[in-house]
Amino acid sequence: MARWIMLRSDYRHYPTYPHGQLTHLALGFIAACLGAVAVPAIAKPDYVAVTFLVLAAQQFRDIRSMERDTLESLESTKLIRRGNDYIEGIARVFEARNYLTILTALITSAAVQIFSWPYALIAASICIYGSVKLMSGRKVGDIADIIPAQVHFNESLLMVDDVVIMNVGLEQTRNKIEKDGMGVLIKPKNDDARLTLDVPGQRMAIIHDVVSILGSKVDMNEMDLAPMARKQVDKGYLALFLVANEPDIQYLIEIVKRVPVLESAQGTALSSFYGKKAAD
Amino acid sequence: MDNGMRDYILAIITTDLSLLQGGGCPVFLAKDATQQNKISMLLARILGANVHDLENGVYLIVKH
Repeated sequence: MARWIMLRSDYRHYPTYPHGQLTHLALGFIAACLGAVAVPAIAKPDYVAVTFLVLAAQQFRDIRSMERDTLESLESTKLIRRGNDYIEGIARVFEARNYLTILTALITSAAVQIFSWPYALIAASICIYGSVKLMSGRKVGDIADIIPAQVHFNESLLMVDDVVIMNVGLEQTRNKIEKDGMGVLIKPKNDDARLTLDVPGQRMAIIHDVVSILGSKVDMNEMDLAPMARKQVDKGYLALFLVANEPDIQYLIEIVKRVPVLESAQGTALSSFYGKKAAD
Repeated sequence: MDNGMRDYILAIITTDLSLLQGGGCPVFLAKDATQQNKISMLLARILGANVHDLENGVYLIVKH
C-alpha cells in the first residue's frame, strides 16, 4: 500500500535544479514512508512507532538549510548571481515540498484505513493535483506586462526607452550594445506588483533566469555588458537590459513571464488600509 | 545587487590635465582621443572594471 503512494508522491517531488536530485528523491521517499505509516501506527495503536515518526519528522527541518548552503556556496563562483532572496525562496519550496509529500501520503493512507482502495486512489490524485497547483506559485507574467523596448544611447548614457541603465564610456562597447543589446519593459499591473519588482532580489532572480537560458556576453574581466534591471523612478516600471548570446526578444519576453515571484519580495501594499488609500 | 559603497574610481584617463584637480587616483594622460579610448579599454580589461564617460573628455575606470 505504502509503496504505491510513495511512487506517486516521489514523482511530484523533483527538484528544480538537477544537482542533488537523488538526495531529494531519497528524502521524498522517506517523507512519503513517514506519512503513509503514521495512520496505521495510530490506529493500531503503536505509540512507540508514533514517537519515532515525530523524531524523524524533525530531520526535514534541515532540508531548507541544506539546500541554502549548497546554493550559497555555488554563488561565489557565478558571474550572474542568483541573489539571497532567490536562494531562500528555492530552499523554502524544497522544505514545503517534503511536508506536502508527507501530507499526501498521510491522507491517502487514512483513506485506505477508513474506506478502501478505490477511495485512496481518488484521494491521492486529488492531493497530488492540489499540491502541484499550490506549489506552482505566481509568475512575473501574472503581475506585470512585458513589452519589448528599444535600446539606444543618449550621449554616453545607455537607455531602454526612457529608463537610464548606465553610463558606457567606450565607443566599441556602445557599438556592440547597439548591435546586440536587447531591452524589455516590465510594467507592473498594480501597486503590489510595483513593490515586488522594486526588490533587488526579485530583479536578480529575473536576470538570473534570463541569463541562464539565453546566455550573456559578460566575461570575468569584461563586465561592460552586464545585464541590468533598472526602475523608471517616476512611473515605477522596470527596464531590463542584456546582451545575450541568443538575441531573440520573443523568447526573452516568455522567459521573463515565467520567472517566479519570490515570496520574500512580494509586495502587500494593497492589503493594508493606507496602502489602498494611497493607491487611488 | 548594488547597494552601499561599492563603486570606486580606479583610474582617470584624460587628454587635458587642466580638467582635473587633486585627487588620490592615478591619472593617465593620453595624446588624443584614439589613444584615450585604447588606454581606457586596456585598463578596464586589466582591472575588470567599467569605463565611464563624463562627456567632457574625461574617462573614468570604475569598479562596480
